[in-house]
Amino acid sequence: MADLDAFRAEVRAWLEENCPQSMRSPLAAEEDFVWGGRTFVFKNPDSKLWLERMGAKGWTAPTWPREYGGGGLSNAENAVLQSELKRINARPALFSFGVWMLGPVLLEYANEEQKKEHLPKIVRGEIRWCQGYSEPGAGSDLAGLQTRCEDKGDHWLINGQKVWTSYANHADWCFCLVRTDTSVKHEGISFVLIDMTTPGVETRPIKLISGSSPFCETFFTDVKIPKGNMVGRLNGGWEIAKRLLQYERTNISGFGSGARLDVVDIAKTSVGMNGGMLADRDLRARIAQHKMFERAYALTTQRAQEEAKAGGNVSHMASMFKVAGATLNQERCELMVEAAGNRAFGWAGEDYTPEELGVTRGWLRSKGNSIEGGTTEVNLNVVAKRVLGLRDTQ
Amino acid sequence: MTFTLNEEQRLLKDAARDFCREQAPVTRFRKMRDEKKNGRDPDLWREMAQMGWAGILVPEDYGGAGLGYVGLGAVLEETGRTLAASPLLSTAMIGASALMHGGSDEQKAEWLPRIAAGQAIVALAVDEGAHHAPGASALALNGGKLSGKKTYVADGHIADLLIVAGAEGAYLVRADADGVSRKELITVDSRGAADLTFANAEAAPLGGGGKLVEGILDRARIGLAAEMLGQAQQAFEVTGEYLKTRKQFGQVIGGFQALQHRAAKMFTDLELTRSCVYAALDALDQGADDIAEWASLAKARASETLHLVSNEFVQMHGGIGMTDEHDAGLYLKRARVAEGLYGGAAFHRDRYARLCGY
Repeated sequence: MADLDAFRAEVRAWLEENCPQSMRSPLAAEEDFVWGGRTFVFKNPDSKLWLERMGAKGWTAPTWPREYGGGGLSNAENAVLQSELKRINARPALFSFGVWMLGPVLLEYANEEQKKEHLPKIVRGEIRWCQGYSEPGAGSDLAGLQTRCEDKGDHWLINGQKVWTSYANHADWCFCLVRTDTSVKHEGISFVLIDMTTPGVETRPIKLISGSSPFCETFFTDVKIPKGNMVGRLNGGWEIAKRLLQYERTNISGFGSGARLDVVDIAKTSVGMNGGMLADRDLRARIAQHKMFERAYALTTQRAQEEAKAGGNVSHMASMFKVAGATLNQERCELMVEAAGNRAFGWAGEDYTPEELGVTRGWLRSKGNSIEGGTTEVNLNVVAKRVLGLRDTQ
Repeated sequence: MTFTLNEEQRLLKDAARDFCREQAPVTRFRKMRDEKKNGRDPDLWREMAQMGWAGILVPEDYGGAGLGYVGLGAVLEETGRTLAASPLLSTAMIGASALMHGGSDEQKAEWLPRIAAGQAIVALAVDEGAHHAPGASALALNGGKLSGKKTYVADGHIADLLIVAGAEGAYLVRADADGVSRKELITVDSRGAADLTFANAEAAPLGGGGKLVEGILDRARIGLAAEMLGQAQQAFEVTGEYLKTRKQFGQVIGGFQALQHRAAKMFTDLELTRSCVYAALDALDQGADDIAEWASLAKARASETLHLVSNEFVQMHGGIGMTDEHDAGLYLKRARVAEGLYGGAAFHRDRYARLCGY
């Protein structure tokens, strides 16, 4: 404990020195999110500085080994770091599919060369990754994917189409599920890494109801990639795919768990107080219920981490966290819209603040939470079958 | 904060699970009900006391084990699983902690050893109307004599000692004192309760005033939430087994997505509520200064979860779930009483909001 106290003091001092003041406030809009990558445009120079400093410390991926650029922290030290970040309301320095999804499976499945090549660039936010999973005919039934990957001797040749590829138009590289055997389903899938600048790769953004375009269609036409870009063994991609989904589901569920607008603050300002209580008693009760849900969720995350540390297998819980996290975020967004009243009905222009527009856009964006990364229905199937053992036939 | 049981707590929990399965299964509760004992099972309480449960919280100096709330909560959870009818919550949790925090040395010396030995049953008298409203008390105290009434006092019909909560403090009243009259209530959950009337009954104040009353109530809420968690867990598990065995349309009904998704929802609610209950018990052991928030969180979540799971217990069993022969009804009846006792979900949502400044 004394070591952790010392570590806390060290972290606190470092953050005091290195976290720019403008990075110590809630994220209001999607434009505030820092995703990194070769072409990323920083809205605020402080956010660039903040990323560089955190990346150099390895604290964008605190528990990854130091040899791959990570922070090398224990879970307990990471908990200290996160609590200190939260204490000063620090914005996440980096939002990264590389950190959340790809890195953990590279650490587990990739060869040494692949780890050395890709992990440090993820930590520093130099390379932005996208996820080539879903296809027009393979959504909830992901293993039905058809994008072909053929062995051409000195390279792989890829042809096919992906959809719902998050930020593919901004990404530098793509981790991608491809079909390497058409005679079988799950056992004919491989996991490959594709440089998005390779000839034959094309992306087309899809405009969503929120007005933003976080997703793309991605087309691969005779795309040649080096043989060394396959992770794990040929036709062994489904295991990696599922493992990555667990990380994805856990992380989508915790998405935006950093500093952010609070529904109570919005309600206090917009609805007003009466006798020390929110004037709208019905809304107040629903906010309280939501806040308890939020706290229960956070406590359960903490409990799962403790159980994992004690050697328990909690990987099957990812689907539960995904469903609950999506529900929680959607509920939060609905309550914020309701609390903000007609201030949440704006779409553009000077009459609405960026925060107000952020509430509206965030609410619309949150509708995707129960669809992306496996729909709520598919994840409930996973919980029912794998966790509860409920099957069609016993 | 930790969710991990230490060696002592784990042993206690395992022992409680074995005991409840073997000595206090639901069949024992059903027998008690069928014999119209209205919650009385003195042999069971004696056996529990022999296990040391009555004195789990009581310091060793007073004949107890001095183990703490996480350990007691684990036992309460296990007794909830089988609906074991005993004054464990009212005596070992509420009674013992009230005396430990508000009792004078004389009061402690008089009552704690008897509580630890299972020789004194304690009941907490708080409400005066149909709803939980601890702030609205019309109790009058004149020259050490208490007058007023209390409604639906859990274990009030079997108690030796009453902890009577007023607006400004709590009082110890012997159940057999002059001026105390009690009306036994036959209750839907077969646990029984009592309406109490005090007419110039001798009362000894506990120290700590209104703050003690809040502290006692919050312990009652957290302890009851632990019991409710056990009930909900058991109801969920029995339902899950039924889904895996009951066949219709040529297949087990657990294969139907309509039921699978509801089962997954219950599982999620249970896991989230479990974290709240364990955290609240741990907060008591840590002496946290925000116990009120933890108590309302645990009790509101436990009430919501048990409400859902107890209803699904009946519904997912179909016709058999409606019969008296099946246990689902026993859990449903106890569920509603436990939900309402010491404040239901709506009460605690309101309180939680107030505590959080809105």
